[in-house]
Amino acid sequence: MTIKQLSKELQDMTIAPTKLCEASLKRIKNSKYLNNFITISKELAYEQAQASEKLIKAGETRSPLEGLPVAVKDNFCTKNIRTSCASKMLENFIPTYNATVVQKLVDHGAVIVGKTNMDEFAMGSGAVDSAFGPTKNVWKTPSGHLKVNTFQGNQTKAVDAEEDWFIAGGSSGGSAAAVASGACVAALGSDTGGSTRIPAAYCGIVGLKPTYGLLSRHGLIPLVNSMDVPGILTRNVDDTTLIFNLLAGWDPKDSTTVQEDFEPIDLESDFNLRNITIGIPQEYHSPGIDAQVLNSWSSVTTLLEKLGATIVPVSLPHTKYSIACYSILNHCEVASNMARYDGIEYGLRSAEQQSTEEMFAKSRSQGLNQVVRGRVISGNYFLLSRNYENHFLQALRLRRLIANDFLNVWANGVDLLLTPVTLGEAPRFSEFTLKDNREQCATQDYCTQPANLAGCPAISIPTQLSKNGMPLGLQLLAPNFDDAI
Amino acid sequence: MQRSVKSRAVRQAINFCRSQHSKVAKESETPAEWKGVVGLEIHAQISTNSKLFSRSSTEFSSPVNENVALFDAATPGTLPVINKACVESALLTALALQCKINPASTFDRKHYFYADMPAGYQITQQRNALANNGVLRFYVTPPDGKPYLKSSKLKQLQLEQDSGKSLHDIEGRKILVDLNRAGIALMELVFEPDLSNGEEAASLVKELALIFRKLKTCSCKMEEGALRVDANVSVQKTNSTTLGPRTEIKNINSIRGVANAINFEIQRQIDANKRNERVVVETRAYDAQNKSTVAMRDKEEKQDYRFMPEPNLPPLRLAEGETGDKKIVSIDTILKRIPELPEKVREKLMKEFDLVPIQAINLVNDEFLLELFYELCNQIEKPNGRTVYGVIMIDLLALLKQNGISYDKNPISTGNLLELYHLKQERLISSHVVSKVMDALNQDPSNSAQKIVEENSWFLINDREVILKVCTEVVAENQKKVRAVLKGKKNSFGSLISAVDKKFNNQVDMQIARSIMEELIEKERNK
Repeated sequence: MTIKQLSKELQDMTIAPTKLCEASLKRIKNSKYLNNFITISKELAYEQAQASEKLIKAGETRSPLEGLPVAVKDNFCTKNIRTSCASKMLENFIPTYNATVVQKLVDHGAVIVGKTNMDEFAMGSGAVDSAFGPTKNVWKTPSGHLKVNTFQGNQTKAVDAEEDWFIAGGSSGGSAAAVASGACVAALGSDTGGSTRIPAAYCGIVGLKPTYGLLSRHGLIPLVNSMDVPGILTRNVDDTTLIFNLLAGWDPKDSTTVQEDFEPIDLESDFNLRNITIGIPQEYHSPGIDAQVLNSWSSVTTLLEKLGATIVPVSLPHTKYSIACYSILNHCEVASNMARYDGIEYGLRSAEQQSTEEMFAKSRSQGLNQVVRGRVISGNYFLLSRNYENHFLQALRLRRLIANDFLNVWANGVDLLLTPVTLGEAPRFSEFTLKDNREQCATQDYCTQPANLAGCPAISIPTQLSKNGMPLGLQLLAPNFDDAI
Repeated sequence: MQRSVKSRAVRQAINFCRSQHSKVAKESETPAEWKGVVGLEIHAQISTNSKLFSRSSTEFSSPVNENVALFDAATPGTLPVINKACVESALLTALALQCKINPASTFDRKHYFYADMPAGYQITQQRNALANNGVLRFYVTPPDGKPYLKSSKLKQLQLEQDSGKSLHDIEGRKILVDLNRAGIALMELVFEPDLSNGEEAASLVKELALIFRKLKTCSCKMEEGALRVDANVSVQKTNSTTLGPRTEIKNINSIRGVANAINFEIQRQIDANKRNERVVVETRAYDAQNKSTVAMRDKEEKQDYRFMPEPNLPPLRLAEGETGDKKIVSIDTILKRIPELPEKVREKLMKEFDLVPIQAINLVNDEFLLELFYELCNQIEKPNGRTVYGVIMIDLLALLKQNGISYDKNPISTGNLLELYHLKQERLISSHVVSKVMDALNQDPSNSAQKIVEENSWFLINDREVILKVCTEVVAENQKKVRAVLKGKKNSFGSLISAVDKKFNNQVDMQIARSIMEELIEKERNK
């Protein structure tokens, strides 16, 4: 059911928000083996549901979202609900404020059922590197008797083949799994290098990465400030649009949001493909991509052509450098953004008493996992004044070239780009953990992170099932601020 | 030269005027061989109601950790939002210092770990600041010598965040952190090393403080930490152009401290050079008690701050022309807000009121007295600036200082000051009488100066015949001295005049007495 349809049921009072809330919480409980929630906000959710119920009865519904259960990725600050970023560092961090996008959801009547699991501080493409255990894909994961893996220190424990399962994708794996499992109608994710689109593809749902600067990042605990965007995960494009319209717009608390008035998108029902030119970038035809994805890509292309769209091959020549560029900028910002986790004002503080420096060091070693620490160290290396020119500045120049690749394509009359989004179907956990986090990101993010470098909007849409019955998706990209298309 | 007999009070007043200028701790012997090279780095807190990137209050002396917004404590997820008033204040200051303004400046993160810097980095404008290449011209008033004009080039003016405060509880082995100050807007002013000693540095700081107070962009209360001065000091051989190793002096908390610290450091480095010892490049702290500098205990290794552009703040763009858009700061609009600066005020005082530099300097240094000066001059048809100056800066000030009276409790009305002016200008009373009148007025402020003089018959005696009579008496009684004068001893003339003055109880018109005495001496010569 779409949000609009569900909303109608609530309006007609065939279902009560409180009952819906209960059902959602029950579903979450039953799918606990997926480990897709870090915190379940039972009491608050019930309160919100009750409030919605009152308003609906009084005929004062605030939006189609009124009374509907929604999940929020655990890197968005939620007032009075623990926000951990899947890290020991923030295991006990309870924000006193709501992120702007969360506040907007709440103001429109959404019922926040819980905070979803993710890669620690959004660093990862599998949602497996979390202090609270990895997230499992709802597709083809055996349920019931499996116990959730626990983690000691910062080591990922190997799982034997019997208990193997498919990953949900990262870093917004928990949010994607929550939507895919039917526990909520929509979820907030975040996307820095593909973190909303990859799990959307693996879980067979729709994942939107809006244009950078359209949705406020105030309250989104940052990974890379110059690329992060709040992402929207839903089961269909209508729902995506509805939520997007509620969340977009200038926020004075975020100086990187654009100040022009935001015009809500109205999805035309009589959308004419004949006016659309779709570009197929040849560089995305990477050897690492699974044959089934490539087939899906070409069959969808053919389908669109049949429906009247103009298909043109295009080139984004700097695509092959974008992972390196992304990595350097990512690590540098991480080193900077993580500098605040010193255990003094909030977060984990080690019992170390010897000196301030030792306290800083111990708190950070204990609170941050290996992936985070690794990026902090390499980021600091790149930012050293002797290295700055050759690494950071060079990456910035490269970023401009990559962004210009897109601008050139749009300038040549292309309205949309159609590309793969993942390299294949969701891998098994045992396969995925053969490579370390850094290697995985370097491979998995191939198709997704150029959009973050350019800031342009991108959406992952499920297309078909693989031979194994796992979801496959494709990606559409559009010019910046042309999210409507 | 007129050597009037000055009362003790008047002398005190003059000494006080002189002591306004920073004194040197000890006589520095700077042989012509070496000279000091000094460059100042000044941090000025911008006096706005809220901080640079958050809306918490900047009020001093609030309870600990009261004025801390979520952003100031680096709460995860919070973002900086720039304060327009801070930008305007910084721009106003930069324009007043004749800087070249960058229409699009950017912000950077400067990383280092410290307990009172919650984010682990400071947001500053190291690489592309708001303004560059300004200049500050000021008078230097050496304790012994004439005031002279000096200028120092302002290399850069940048906006940045202040840090919090940490107090070291050594016994409890704790650091106590107060974040009230964290995030307050600072202007960092970096001057070229074109000064040579402590007096010049102190004078620069004084002038800057005058300007800040005029612009109302900084309170300049050094004791509250609103104005902080660090000095980069090195020495070089007088003919050389190569810079020697330099030290940075921190922890200076007063203008006097600026002069003392720098002069001590220059001498220390010269002494080291003379002993053929190398001067270590390091940071030193000023020790106010001993008026010296000491090496700071934790020797700072050269830090790499890993500067990175601040990604959450787009470039700060300023409009050149006027703009109706409230969200944009216009350079032209701010330019129009610049009031008359101290330099201009001094020029006008010297030109319009015929004051000498030190007089103009002293007036401009004191807001209250300057206002009084203008007030009096406005009520006099063709005011003699120097006389008005004397009434205020010598006569009035002496009374206030002697009796410990603060400006707001000044007992002498403007009316009385005007009467005194006229009495002095028309040479109706002597300076000695002025201070007696002042004392009387202090006892009874409602009285009139004119009346007091009348009632006490304190008028200057200017009857030539009477004066001639007394002068003749004195000449007759002091033949020895007369002969000394004829031999060329000037001092003896002075003592003859003093004798005359004494006979008149210090109420004789000295000019007339002097000229009559000179005539008499000539007569003696021609005898």
